[in-house]
Amino acid sequence: MVNQARWQRVGWGVAAWLVALLMFFPIYWMIMTSFKTEAAAVSTPPSIVPMEPTLQNYETVFEQSDYFRFAWNSVVISLGSTMLGLLVAVPAAWAMAFIPSKRTKPTLLWMLSTKMLPPVGVLVPIYLLFRDWGLLDTLFGLTVVLMLMNLPIIVWMLYTYFREIPKDILESARMEGAGLWQEVVYILLPISLGGIASTVLLNVILAWNESFWSLNLTSSDAAPLTAFIASYTSPEGLFWAKLSAASTLAIAPILILGWFSQKQLVRGMTFGAVK
Amino acid sequence: MSYGKRLAGVAALALGLGVGATAQAVEITIATVNNADMIRMKNLSDQFEKKYADIELDWVVLNENTLRQRVTQDIATGGGQFDVMMIGTYEVPIWAEKGWLNELDFSDSYDVGDLLDPIRKGLSYEGDMYAAPFYGESTMTMYRQDLFDEAGLSMPANPTWGDIYERAQQLHKPDDDQFGVCLRGKPGWGQNAALVSTMVNSFGGRWFDMDWQPQLDTAAWHHAVSFYVDLLGNYGPPGASSNGFNENLSLFSGGKCAMWVDATVAAGMVTDPESSQVADEVAFAQAPHAVTEKGSKWLWSWALGIPSSTQKPEAAQKFVAWATSKEYTRLVAQKEGWRNAPPGTRKSLYQNPKYQKAAPFADKVLDAIQAARPQDSTLKESPYVGVQFVGISEFQGIGTSVGQQLAAALSGSKSVEQVLKSAQRSTKRTMKRSGYYDN
Amino acid sequence: MAISRERLVGVGATSPSVVMLLLWMVVPLGMTIWFSLHRYLLLQPGSYTLVGLENYAYFLQDPAFLNALWNTLVLVGSVLIITVVFGVAIALLLNQPFWGQGIARILAISPFFIMPTASGLIWKNLLMDPNSGFISWAMKSLSLEPIVWFSNWPLLSIILIVAWRWLPFATLILLTALQSLDEEQREAAQMDGARPIPYFLYIILPHLARAITVVVLIEMIFLLVVFAEIFVTTSGGPGSESTNLAFMIYKQALLQFDVGGASAGGVIAVVLANIIAIFLVRLIGKNLDEE
Repeated sequence: MVNQARWQRVGWGVAAWLVALLMFFPIYWMIMTSFKTEAAAVSTPPSIVPMEPTLQNYETVFEQSDYFRFAWNSVVISLGSTMLGLLVAVPAAWAMAFIPSKRTKPTLLWMLSTKMLPPVGVLVPIYLLFRDWGLLDTLFGLTVVLMLMNLPIIVWMLYTYFREIPKDILESARMEGAGLWQEVVYILLPISLGGIASTVLLNVILAWNESFWSLNLTSSDAAPLTAFIASYTSPEGLFWAKLSAASTLAIAPILILGWFSQKQLVRGMTFGAVK
Repeated sequence: MSYGKRLAGVAALALGLGVGATAQAVEITIATVNNADMIRMKNLSDQFEKKYADIELDWVVLNENTLRQRVTQDIATGGGQFDVMMIGTYEVPIWAEKGWLNELDFSDSYDVGDLLDPIRKGLSYEGDMYAAPFYGESTMTMYRQDLFDEAGLSMPANPTWGDIYERAQQLHKPDDDQFGVCLRGKPGWGQNAALVSTMVNSFGGRWFDMDWQPQLDTAAWHHAVSFYVDLLGNYGPPGASSNGFNENLSLFSGGKCAMWVDATVAAGMVTDPESSQVADEVAFAQAPHAVTEKGSKWLWSWALGIPSSTQKPEAAQKFVAWATSKEYTRLVAQKEGWRNAPPGTRKSLYQNPKYQKAAPFADKVLDAIQAARPQDSTLKESPYVGVQFVGISEFQGIGTSVGQQLAAALSGSKSVEQVLKSAQRSTKRTMKRSGYYDN
Repeated sequence: MAISRERLVGVGATSPSVVMLLLWMVVPLGMTIWFSLHRYLLLQPGSYTLVGLENYAYFLQDPAFLNALWNTLVLVGSVLIITVVFGVAIALLLNQPFWGQGIARILAISPFFIMPTASGLIWKNLLMDPNSGFISWAMKSLSLEPIVWFSNWPLLSIILIVAWRWLPFATLILLTALQSLDEEQREAAQMDGARPIPYFLYIILPHLARAITVVVLIEMIFLLVVFAEIFVTTSGGPGSESTNLAFMIYKQALLQFDVGGASAGGVIAVVLANIIAIFLVRLIGKNLDEE
C-alpha cells in the first residue's frame, strides 16, 4: 500500500513537471534564441541549444537603450499602482464583503463591465486631459491611471477572498472590543494574506505588461519596459534574436519577483487556525 | 472633478521642480522608428551633442506602427511631446496641409539641390519642404544568381511580371524548401496593399477616379489581383498571406526564395554575410512591370519633420539639418563604412566611387527612385499623390481593409471576384463617411 | 445597536474609495458616450459636430461587424473553456506535493509575464512559422505535413497564443483557491475513502466555483479586447477571419483616427460585454447559491 502511494506520488510529480515544462517551452525557446545570431534564429532545422552561443544580442540591447531606466520606471509604476490600489481597495472590498447590501453585487459587476470598454475608445479624451494637466510622460500620471485601470480587478478579487472568511471570526473579535482598524489589520489581513499576495502578484504583472496606456501616455522620462520592448519589435530587418534578448530582460525582474512571492503565496495559504 | 484638480496641483509642483533643474541646456525629444539606420543615427548623435554643447537629445525609439500612432495622436492634439519626428512620405504632405509641421529652411552648405528630386518633391507641400529625407527607398527585384545559373535561366534587367511568373514556375521546388517567388502577403496598408498598389498601377489601374470613386471592381484590379494570387499562391512559400517584409527577408536570407520583389533597403540586408546565408549569390533587377512602367516602383522615404507644437524650433532645426546632411553621411562612412551610409536621398552619394564599390546595387536603387513619379503614377488620371499609397488620411484604414481582403483571396478562402467586390464596397463606405460625396 | 454603529463606521470609512471608484467608472464611460454622439475626426481639425446616432449606425452597418462579433465570441469562449478546464487540471496537479514544486509552479505560471506583442511575435516567427518554426520542424521530423497556421487556421492560432498566456492566470487563481480547501475536510474525505471522481465533483469543484467565477469574469475583460496578438500575427486576416471587435475599433480609432466612430464601437462593445457578463453570472451564480 505504502509503496503504491509512493509511486502514485512520483507519477503525479512527473506529470506536473511535464506540464510545467510544456508551458514553459516557448519561453525556454525565446531565451535560447536570445543567445543565437539573427541568422541562426530563423535557420532550419532549428537548434535546441544554440550552436555558437553569443552575447551579441544582449550587448546590442544594452548599448542601444538604457535598460535600467526603463526597468526602474516599470518597477515604480507597477508597485506604485498596486500599493495605491490596495489602499483604496481593501476598505471598499471589506465593506462589500461584510456589509453587503442589495446593490453590492450589481455594483461590482458594473465596475467590472466598464473595464470591458476597449481603451482605444477613451484614448483621445484622456490624452487631452493629460496634456492640459501636464501629466504626459510623468511617472505619477501613469501610476494613477494604471491604479484606476486595475482597481475593479483588485476590489473584485479581494471581495471574493474576504467573502470566504467566516463572519463569526470578525464578530468574535469585535465582541472582544477590537476596533475597525484592529479588525482589519490584525484579523482580516493575516487571514487573507494568501489572497492578497496573489492579488498583488497579479496586479503587478498586469501593470508590468500593460502596453496601451504605458505606450500612449509616456515618451521618454516615464517610459517603462513596454516601450523598451516596442523599440525591438518589427524593425526593417531580422530582429527575433534581439527581441528575444530584450523580452528575456523584460521578464527577468518579474520572474524573480514571482519566484519569491510564490513562496509567500504558499505560506500565506496555510491558515490552519481558521474554522 | 476635484480629484482631477488635486492631481493637476501635484503634477504642476513636480513639473516646476523639474524645469528648474534643467534650465541650462535645451533638451529636444526626437521620436524615431527602430530601423537599423535610425539606431545608427542615435548611436552617432553624441557627435551632434559635442558640436552643439547647448543642445541635449532625448530619444524615443519605437516600432513603426506604434511610433506612427503616437506621433499622429500627439501632433493632432497638439500634445507637444516631441520636437523632431521621423515620419514618412505618406504623412508629410497631409500634415503640412493642415499646418501641423514647420516649414524647413536650410543654409547653402546643406545643398538642397543635392537631394534626389522625387524624394524632395514627396516631402514638399506647395513647393516648400516640410521634412528632410533621412533615407529613401524604392522597389526592386532580388534574385538568386546561383539558382538561375543552375537552371540555365537569365533575368532581364527590366523584367515584366510575366518574366517573373515564368521563372517562378521553373524554380519552384517546394520539396527542396525552395520557392519560386516571395512577395508580401500580410494584410496592411504598408504591407500587401503597398505591393499590390504598384502591381495595379502597372496593370493600368488606379485606386480612385477623378471623382474619388473607388475603382477596385475594374478590370485592371481584376487582372492584377488574379495575377498576384496565382503567382504567389502557386509559386510562393506556404502561408504567404502572413508574410510581411521581415518574414520574406528571413526566407530569402535563408535561401528559400529564388526571387523576391520588395523595398530596395532589403538589398543591403540580403548581401550582408553576417545575417544572410546567400550574401554572395544575390543579383538585382528593376521591379517588374506589366502594361505600363508607370507606378510600378514605389517611392518611400523616412524623413525628419518638426511639429509646429514644438517649443524649441531652432534646436530642432539644427538637429534635422545635421542628421540629413552630407556631413552625417561622411560620419557614418568613416565610423561604419560606406555600405552603411543612409541610401536614397542625395545625388552626391551615388556619384561617390567609394559608395558605388561598397554597394554594388547602388545604381539600380538610384534608377528606381529617379523613375518614381508620385504625382503621376497611374495610367489613367487620378486625383491623388502617391505610388503605393493614396495621399489622403483615410488611406491607412482603407489600405488595411483592402489588404485583409487581398489576403483572403491569397489564402483561397474567397474568390478574387468576391474580395474585390467587398473591397470596393468598404472603400466607398469610408469615403462617403469622410464626406467626399453623398451617395 | 453596537453592530449598527459599526456598520455606520464601516460605510463612512469605505465611502471615499467607493465614490472614487464610481467616479472613475463613470467618467471614461460618460466621455465615450459623449464622443460617440459626435462626428470627431482627429485628422480633420474642426470636424467636431453633434450627429446623434450616426456613428452607431455606421459601425453597426459595417459588413464586417457581425463577423467580428462572432469571432470575438468564439475567441472569448474558446479561451475561457481551455483555460478553465486545463487550469483546474493543472492546478490540481501542481497542488500535489512533489519534488521541485516551487520551481515547477513558477515555470507553469511564467507565460503570463510575457508582453502580448512579444509573445505574438515569438509564437508566429519562432514556433508556428510554416518554414522555420519549431512546431513545423517537429512535425516534419515526424514526417507529418506542417500546418500553415496563420493562413489556414487564423483564429485557432490566435486562440492558442492567447490561451497560452491566460492559462497560467487561471492556474494561479485556482491554485490559491485549492489551497484554502480545508485540510481537515480533505483528510476526512480521504479517510472516508472517497473515490477520486465524486471527491472532485462534490467537494473540489463546488469549492472552486467562486474562483472560477473570478477567472471567467476577469479573463473576459481582457479577452474581449485582445488586440496585440492579432495585430502582430494576422492583422485580422485573411479576410476578416481573425478580426474581432477590438481590431475593428482599432482600425477606426488609430488608423482612421475617427474618435466618434471608435467611441460608438466602444459603447457597443461594452453593451455586448454586459449582456455576456449577465448571462455568465446567471450561469455561474447558480453554482454560488448552491454552496
